[in-house]
Amino acid sequence: MNVKKTTLFNLHKKHGAKFVNFAGYEMPIQYKDGIIAEHNMTRKKSGIFDVSHMGQLFIKGKDDLTENLQKILPTDLKKLSINQSKYSFLMKENGGIYDDLIITKIEDGYMIILNAACKENDLSIIKSKLDSKFELILRDDLSLVAIQGPESKDILEKIIQGVKKIKFMNGNKFNFESEDIYITRSGYTGEDGFEISIKNNSVNKLVEKMIEFGSNLIGLGARDTLRLEAGLCLYGHDINEETSPIEANLKWAISKNRINEEFTGAKEIKRQFNEGVKKLRVGIKPDSRVIARESTKIFDEKNNQIGKITSGTFGPSVNGPIAMGYVSNLFSKSNTKVFLEVRGKKISASICDLPFYKKNYVKGEIDVRS
Amino acid sequence: MSEVKFSKEHEWVTVAEDIATIGITKHATDQLGDIVFAELPDKGSNVEKDKTAGVVESTKAASDVYTPISGEVVDINQSIVDDPSKINSDPEGSAWFFKLKIKDKSEIDTLMNREEYEKFAKESSN
Repeated sequence: MNVKKTTLFNLHKKHGAKFVNFAGYEMPIQYKDGIIAEHNMTRKKSGIFDVSHMGQLFIKGKDDLTENLQKILPTDLKKLSINQSKYSFLMKENGGIYDDLIITKIEDGYMIILNAACKENDLSIIKSKLDSKFELILRDDLSLVAIQGPESKDILEKIIQGVKKIKFMNGNKFNFESEDIYITRSGYTGEDGFEISIKNNSVNKLVEKMIEFGSNLIGLGARDTLRLEAGLCLYGHDINEETSPIEANLKWAISKNRINEEFTGAKEIKRQFNEGVKKLRVGIKPDSRVIARESTKIFDEKNNQIGKITSGTFGPSVNGPIAMGYVSNLFSKSNTKVFLEVRGKKISASICDLPFYKKNYVKGEIDVRS
Repeated sequence: MSEVKFSKEHEWVTVAEDIATIGITKHATDQLGDIVFAELPDKGSNVEKDKTAGVVESTKAASDVYTPISGEVVDINQSIVDDPSKINSDPEGSAWFFKLKIKDKSEIDTLMNREEYEKFAKESSN
């Protein structure tokens, strides 16, 4: 299979990127300064992430599209105002997750941001479940760029006036170099920031401007340490077809008033909601500096295996090892002592609350009057 | 002190009388990225040529550290355990890993000199 490149590939190269194959795309894992410097740059100042490998799916339609989509997604889309976004899932009948996504209501329908590795499969699933009259387009003429971190709002405001007014998990249309662009206030780092959907032929100019005004390119390596500190799931690792949103501790993303309604996976989700689940996603903090990576087995004090780690790394802002994983719900309470098997030795660790690093989301300068 | 020697696993060795000092090369740290964890052999333990004698971890992954020669561990560098970032800043100097009482001096002859190692490192990273 041919490895694909994003439009920003040459710019990454110029800035000294080391590349890695991610979901069929040649993506920057880090630049010259390295993962920790990039991580800290994002937490303290501002970082730019090329996420153009992700799927940008547009579905056109009116009220009956909302009705149709509600049969697929567990989110109350009727309550969404135009330009508002929600985190949601594409699920199997048994509650397993095909993909996690961000859906935004736009003027003529919906925009859905999908994971790169899942986007083609997602498209065919949604297509098979939607009435054929609705037009679905997975746009490859668009790039997607995130700018994250406390200084990002001021940097982006200098380039595109008005972005500061966007509220968290909302978006709006803007103009850049006489092209329409769409910006949402969202991200995957635990910091305030924006995601910008822009035509491929304008994206280099936008990113160069962001760099000129003081932001910095950040690779997938720091993206991973940032999102793990923020307690956010990585699809294919922390959530997959074998885990439900309830087990993944993402109950909050399922609209309460939809529990008794029809959507793919509803029966199982309702059952899990009422009866509880056997395993739960938790945060795990090793007591020492030893890092427990994905697939590390988790044991109780009596040496019974109670779960497995799904993501583990060193958290630069936490200044220590951090991990997420699933444990039997009997062991899911914070401060429960557990043991992790690393290189044949059992190291002690504690179950802890997520996130590891406190979020810094901003609601937007115009206050909530609506 | 003798000239510095190198292994194919990217460790360096210097010898002073019957004591060898071992660390990992600048080339290795460049490949690994930011090192955030180091584990060293126990003082007093015996380590065997080309066998695991420690671990380093970057944000991305864990890598074994091998010992290029056999011997008894007589000293370890606790400062790199306490602050693993030192390994990135001075890998071939103050960030040595451990010191061995050399078991068999002839093992040193199997290692590369700097010129040979640099050629090897360049080829292996392509």
